[in-house]
Amino acid sequence: MTHETLTILTWLIPAGPLLAFFVIVLFTNRSRTLSWMVAWAGVFVALILGWTVALNTAAVGVHHLEEHPTVASGAIPWIPVGDFFEGTWINIGVAVDPLTAVTLIMVTFTVTMIFIYSVGYHNWGAPLGKILGVPNHLQEEPLLSRFFAFMSLFAGGMLILVVADNLLLLFIGWELMGFTSYSLIGFWYAREYHLGPGDIPHIPPYKASVKAFMTTRVADVVMLLGIVFFYFEFGTMNFNEAFTPESFELVLNAIGPVAIGAMALMLFTGTVGKSAQFPLHVWLPDAMEGPTPVSAVIHAAAMVSAGVYFLLRIFPLLAVASGPLGTQTVSYIIAGIGAFTALMAATIAISQNDVKGVLAYSTISQLGFMVAAIGIGGYVAGAFHLITHGFFKALLFLASGSVIHGMEHGAHEVHDHHTDPQDMRYMGGLRKKMPITFWTFLIGGLALAGLPLITAGFWSKDEIFAEAWYLWESDGSLLPLIVFVMLAIAAFLTAYYTARQISMTFLGKPRTPLAEHAHESNAFMTIPLILLSVFAVIAGWAGIPENFPGIGPVINLNYFHHFVGATIYKLMEELYELHLVAHPIETLPFNMEPLITSLVVALGGLFLGWWIYGRKPLKEGESDPVAGPLGPIYTFLYNKWYIDELYERVFINPTTYVSEKVVYQAMDKTVIDGILHSVARGFYGFGYYVKRFEEVVISGGVDKLKDGFLDIAEEFRQLQTGRVQEYALISALIAVALIAVVLLINYGWFGQFF
Amino acid sequence: MIPLSWYLILGAALFCIGIYGVFARRNAVAILMAVELMLNAVNINLVAFWRYLTPEKSTGMAWAIFVLTVAAAEAAVGLALVISIYRSRDSIIAEDMDLLKN
Repeated sequence: MTHETLTILTWLIPAGPLLAFFVIVLFTNRSRTLSWMVAWAGVFVALILGWTVALNTAAVGVHHLEEHPTVASGAIPWIPVGDFFEGTWINIGVAVDPLTAVTLIMVTFTVTMIFIYSVGYHNWGAPLGKILGVPNHLQEEPLLSRFFAFMSLFAGGMLILVVADNLLLLFIGWELMGFTSYSLIGFWYAREYHLGPGDIPHIPPYKASVKAFMTTRVADVVMLLGIVFFYFEFGTMNFNEAFTPESFELVLNAIGPVAIGAMALMLFTGTVGKSAQFPLHVWLPDAMEGPTPVSAVIHAAAMVSAGVYFLLRIFPLLAVASGPLGTQTVSYIIAGIGAFTALMAATIAISQNDVKGVLAYSTISQLGFMVAAIGIGGYVAGAFHLITHGFFKALLFLASGSVIHGMEHGAHEVHDHHTDPQDMRYMGGLRKKMPITFWTFLIGGLALAGLPLITAGFWSKDEIFAEAWYLWESDGSLLPLIVFVMLAIAAFLTAYYTARQISMTFLGKPRTPLAEHAHESNAFMTIPLILLSVFAVIAGWAGIPENFPGIGPVINLNYFHHFVGATIYKLMEELYELHLVAHPIETLPFNMEPLITSLVVALGGLFLGWWIYGRKPLKEGESDPVAGPLGPIYTFLYNKWYIDELYERVFINPTTYVSEKVVYQAMDKTVIDGILHSVARGFYGFGYYVKRFEEVVISGGVDKLKDGFLDIAEEFRQLQTGRVQEYALISALIAVALIAVVLLINYGWFGQFF
Repeated sequence: MIPLSWYLILGAALFCIGIYGVFARRNAVAILMAVELMLNAVNINLVAFWRYLTPEKSTGMAWAIFVLTVAAAEAAVGLALVISIYRSRDSIIAEDMDLLKN
């Protein structure tokens, strides 16, 4: 396909879902069935176009891509800026390179699967639910049209972000997702919880949505400042124009290493918010309050991936900012935050009882893996884990939604509406009840844990370990080693909590009547699970290292590494020759140590988790077996490191205190009211004398006048209806009359009109 | 190139729809939306005149951005008023808001 055709197709990728949004909102919103069909059409178009573009990119061939990574690009002028006579414009456009291609494959596919699943999840075809804004169990969601409208807009935002060739368009997609995630997390806006002791703490969806929006807003403001800084220094927001050796040298010489490091970190802050990295990760677990397809699309396929995708997009900037002429602090901060987040979230995940809560913290942890990989310079490793994680985490979320659905079915049959259907302590034995969900969840879980050789998660995690090990060995710098150790512990915990989750949910005997009466979900839900589980396995095979013992030489091509690496291969080579970056994109040599590490942590974690939870499953009402031995540590983890409480004390309470005491009491009540009151007293005193004067001198004469006015006013008050629209009508009529008068004066009766 | 008058016709049409909405809708939120329509109609005129008559100056666009800002502020204040009147009178029908009557 020619460059032009590909470019047009690329423009059209986000168009499908965006168009679907408008069609649903404007035309089909009264028909729920038609609405989901329109939404499906939108994402199917995006899927077909996205895969066409991606496969055409792959068809170009790696060696050609290494020289010319951008296979399609086009831009239109959008906003005139600066000197208008010069004709400077901000352009918006699209560009496709290998990174775009692999992300398109992942995003369009998972999003399509999630759209298919949503129809079943919202019980389409069942009797219509009566109450708006709360989950209607086993009844069709009354706001299904709204759901699919927002989902389409969300998908459109993500696809805009993926194909954008500049920071501004990327930011537009970014914010579109910010808004739609807000409205989707708060989709069940009327839901309230009545929690008993021992229940999983939930906050109502409307609060969760505000929390998510506000938290990411903090990060986005810093990111926007970073974009402005970037534009100011580079003079363009286009990635391909800004990321050239010449402009890097210019900017570096102009502003110095500290400023360019600050720029990189300001942009990175956007990722911290969007991809839920410490310290702004707090919104993500609460965002589980949205419907499960929303969790899947936000936390696997799209929004959190967008943060990491953005980091990959600006990777040359990060590499230069932390390169030999930059400052090492940048990579320390990025990799440090990533590795710490990966470890912290993994420790929290081992103590959670909410089936989606475990996955939420697992997502934060896995995003930490990617950020840490990018921080130490592992471009391909970060991208690889981004893609594989997108597949298997979407699968896990959808499967957990299927589990919850099954449990709700059970709850309906036994008329128990108090037991939390998301609580893993009340599950157990679902393997027999929901076989498809079990097997697909198992595949997704093993991919997450990194079961060696077969699953996708193993290959991508192994790539991260190999990268960290290689960088430590070749440079001898401490950072990759620290990251390696922290990620190894996090990976061990990942395998452990995955085994725990699978054991508690599916193995043993049902611990409540809910689990006893659970059913397998319908075909709308199970078919996407099966399709996604295929990708959760084979997506990893694209990136098997050439020198991997046994399998490597047989395949003899680390396709993913060369393909995605080609995106910035030439640029990094040139930057490396100018000593601007520490490493070019290079093929990693094979080392035994990282391989053994990833084998040990994956298998060790899975075995330990199975040994504690699976070997002798929990009995009914039994508490977590590790709660006792771990003691206060368990409480600490169970309460999520008390970070929410900390923010409550450090940020929220002082803010309310200041607004209550300082702004309201001291400023408003005392100072401003005080001034007003003394002015009022002054006038009051003055008025007293005026009043005396009036009473004595004027009263008599004016009384008559007053009576006359009162009589007239009595007539006129009839006009005063108090209805704003009548006033507006009168104003409009008078305006029309005035315009008529002016025209008459200027042109006469027949004037120029005739 | 599309002639200027097309934009003006579009603007006038939008403006009329907005005026109709302001007069005819009973829901206060819908009235606010109609006001937004009118503001945007004005915006279309501003941008169209700017583009066709004085494209070398940024005044038309700057005006339009001012209008957008004012519209956003207006929407915020208007919605706040609607919410507060809903809380006190339990209705957002414009005809019921007749505290100033007689």
